[in-house]
Amino acid sequence: MIKRTHFKSSPLPYLLVAPQILITVAFFIWPASQAVYQSMLLEDPFGLKSEFIWFENYVLLFSDEIYFSTFLRTVVFSSLVAFLSLSIALLLAATADHVVRGTRTYRTLLIWPYAVAPVVAGTIWMFIFDPTLGIVSYFLHGIGYEWNHRLNGNQAMALIVLAATWKQISYNFLFFLAGMQAIPKSLIEAAAIDGAGPARRFWTIIFPLISPTTFFLMVMNIVYAFFETLGIVHAVTKGGPAKATEILVYKVFNDGFIGLDLGGSAAQSVILMLIVITLTVIQFRYIERKVEY
Amino acid sequence: MARVLIENITKSYGETEVLHGINTDISDGEFIVIVGPSGCGKSTLLRMIAGLEDISSGTISIDGRVVNTLEPKDRDIAMVFQNYALYPHMTVFKNMAYGLKLRKFSKKNIKIRVHQAAKLLQLEELLERKPRQLSGGQRQRVAMGRCIVREPKVFLFDEPLSNLDAKLRVQMRLELRKLHKRLKVTSIYVTHDQVEAMTLGDRLVVINDGYAEQIGPPLELYEKPASIFVAGFLGSPAMNFISAQISADGKTAQLSEDVKVPVANPLSKQGITEKKVTFGIRPEHFSLSDKEKTGLPLRVDHAEFHGASTMIYGRLPGNDELITVRLPHIHHISPETVLMLTALPEHIHIFDQKTGKRI
Repeated sequence: MIKRTHFKSSPLPYLLVAPQILITVAFFIWPASQAVYQSMLLEDPFGLKSEFIWFENYVLLFSDEIYFSTFLRTVVFSSLVAFLSLSIALLLAATADHVVRGTRTYRTLLIWPYAVAPVVAGTIWMFIFDPTLGIVSYFLHGIGYEWNHRLNGNQAMALIVLAATWKQISYNFLFFLAGMQAIPKSLIEAAAIDGAGPARRFWTIIFPLISPTTFFLMVMNIVYAFFETLGIVHAVTKGGPAKATEILVYKVFNDGFIGLDLGGSAAQSVILMLIVITLTVIQFRYIERKVEY
Repeated sequence: MARVLIENITKSYGETEVLHGINTDISDGEFIVIVGPSGCGKSTLLRMIAGLEDISSGTISIDGRVVNTLEPKDRDIAMVFQNYALYPHMTVFKNMAYGLKLRKFSKKNIKIRVHQAAKLLQLEELLERKPRQLSGGQRQRVAMGRCIVREPKVFLFDEPLSNLDAKLRVQMRLELRKLHKRLKVTSIYVTHDQVEAMTLGDRLVVINDGYAEQIGPPLELYEKPASIFVAGFLGSPAMNFISAQISADGKTAQLSEDVKVPVANPLSKQGITEKKVTFGIRPEHFSLSDKEKTGLPLRVDHAEFHGASTMIYGRLPGNDELITVRLPHIHHISPETVLMLTALPEHIHIFDQKTGKRI
């Protein structure tokens, strides 16, 4: 006879998952559905009433040339940040793998920037590169290069790329280092005996073996550059000069909270959400292809 | 193919010295086995020959060339690792071709060499597979193949069979031996398994605590172990050790309060008198005494039947050490029986209890 207790439903499992569900509903499902709903509203100029207009906000958005150029700018920005932070982190991790003395200090120092809030990171870099106060712009002036990211759009872009990259290197570094340390030492030794020098070993053995990590980080970095850089942009350039550093997520903020076009801003954020969802799906699909050691 | 000369090699990590001056002369084409318990420094020695560890002092030369400061790739050696260290993202073919490619062999040449090695190791069917699709024995063979294709001067093996199951290990052992007969490449093989050591090696180097205890052909080490350690390490089941006090005239040995046995002549001739010694007798060298009153009285604890032989475990009076006796054929012996054991003088090893060295 099967015991009854096997079938008795208990509230405990539901209670245990409830906090997680509550958090997801309160901080994701509800705001996300609000965004979808608001993206179909048109606010009157005084904010007194709104009108349901279906997909008109989206139509407007896609016929807007500024939105298209913002999109392109974001792609450029994200690729630069992802590429730079990945390659610098890879270089640092490869070096850290060899460091014998002071390993802990070296690693700890490399991890610190990750703990810095985006706005603070942006402010630090803004001060360093400030056209009138900054130490770097002073040195650049000394060698005859005029730095003023408040006037020069390319310089402004370079600065936010620099700040965003600097902050992300720590994260990438940690994952790369862990990936490299998971490779059995004997593989590297076998390659050394087979006749491969350090550079050759890196490109033919280590790099292919950490490719799952690289792929994971690539997706994470793109997501980071798309979304989490709002604070940096806001602190350093506020999207300027002349929208030269306005990326998608900053445009959402600017149009919605400064321009008070809530419907248009909501439509933009829904599009961003779709991009994230796509990236996440790609991530989950391909991250499964793990390399066996 | 080459002669490997190891002279006064030491290895220290900071203050601690783990190898204390190892000397060996390995001749061309010889199969030498470095054997010892875990942590004795045998793998360190091999890795120093390979160039994966720095040499603290002493010299290693391969084929007349001192290789102390050479990179592993310039030493013309190949190594089989314990975990095989196959490149997981490459096919078997690419694994084997990697070293050749780096040495700038032509595509055609690489193909010929890899296929030759694959044929020798029966890997032809598996060339396009990835290591994870292979069984343990196959991986082991690929690791061998990767070494063979390069035709190095010296093969180094770091416990290559320890990850295989018992049956496969015996089979691979035979194959290794056959392969060596065929290729005649100088081979240095590290293991902690004394059976592997005895069956594979032309000569053994027994290492204990960073010292080379004895170097010689397996049979010599088995018949004339230089120290208690070597005697106990080689042979299975292990040798029995019985401590004893040699009398003042050197004619008798007091094993315990009640047991006194006569000692063969040579001992007193060597001037060994009034000394604490350890007798070593292998289990298979005991036989039952014809006469009922002479020999060592062994009180039987229990007996095991191994088919071809019977193992008897028991104790001597006044001694708590368990003594193992291996008698051929099947004997039905019940516990608590007292057996009288004898052994031929040439089968009794005598060691100085203080130094552990053979007398």
